[in-house]
Amino acid sequence: MCLSLTLIGACAGALLAVANHYTAIPIAKAKIIALENALKEVSPAYDNDPIAEAFFVSSPEGDSLRIYPARRGDDFVGVAVETSSRNGFSGEIRILVGFDTEGTIINYSVLEHAETPGLGAKMQEWFRMDIARRNILGRKAGKLAVTKDGGDVDAITASTITSRAFLHSINRAYHAYRTPN
Amino acid sequence: MKKILLNGIIRENPTFVLLLGMCPTLGTTSSAANGLGMGLATTFVLLCTNVAISAVKRFIPDLIRIPGYIVIIATFVTLLQMAIQAWLPALYAALGIFIPLIVVNCIVLGRAESFASKHAPAAAALDGLGMGLGFTFALTLLGALRELLGTGKIFAFTLFPETYGALIFVLAPGAFLALGFLIALVRRER
Repeated sequence: MCLSLTLIGACAGALLAVANHYTAIPIAKAKIIALENALKEVSPAYDNDPIAEAFFVSSPEGDSLRIYPARRGDDFVGVAVETSSRNGFSGEIRILVGFDTEGTIINYSVLEHAETPGLGAKMQEWFRMDIARRNILGRKAGKLAVTKDGGDVDAITASTITSRAFLHSINRAYHAYRTPN
Repeated sequence: MKKILLNGIIRENPTFVLLLGMCPTLGTTSSAANGLGMGLATTFVLLCTNVAISAVKRFIPDLIRIPGYIVIIATFVTLLQMAIQAWLPALYAALGIFIPLIVVNCIVLGRAESFASKHAPAAAALDGLGMGLGFTFALTLLGALRELLGTGKIFAFTLFPETYGALIFVLAPGAFLALGFLIALVRRER
């Protein structure tokens, strides 16, 4: 009985070790490619390696946000900030958002979320639609708020909680970027 | 041979007839593509575990067969998870936690217990394939129905504007409703 279970365990372990050996590199590569694509989408056009130059800035909430600086030649042209919020409807929302040197939002990309499909999940497109006051691209971050809270951004219909969390994470990113250090 | 294969697809369809594996069925079918992906992933696991368990069944004492089977199932699920994460990152992002949860899908252990542990590897392979295809068929059908009623699309191909969709079908309650009607329909036609 013990022998049989030990044998099964040993075979399973060996098989998984071999599989891990062959998949570890492609998995790491897939993650870097996904990050690079997101960076290209949200950052100002750059020719440096923002991933290699990334650094952390601690936030007032007690966590720290990763900042990817973008440079063209010797000029600093802006940043992409990996930010997050736990105020969403379910789980953590992780967003990559890019700013130019003035702090204007260039673009954003939702990296990970567990919001309701069809409602909160619309944030991936909603805040760049040129309808009413939805679009946040080209705006200054820092004090973005939904209209219900006295701000000037239209919240996603029936998803005010998600919209608040989304803007919260963008504002957090802006403050981390602006923190002098 | 044909009988074993068709058994899982029609006569004992895991979703519509045996009502096994309801968690991934309801959780991953918000679109036809996700349902298809989950179905094929489960088919792979069913096929591999059925063959493996059928091949080693004589060496596993009856007393410890459940832990033995679960380790074998978990091994294949982890292999699959690594492969999907490495080569199909988009599918991995869509299915997320439901891939490792295939381990506890009762169809897999159910077929190991009721079929693979009593039959030769060839028959077990056919049973795993049949059950997997039946599961895939059911999940794709349910996913397509929910995607259509909820967003007006099937496999992201627009059939009518999203405005006319009933959002509830994309959400959990709609999954129960759609599944209930599909089961009723299948049972009536059978």
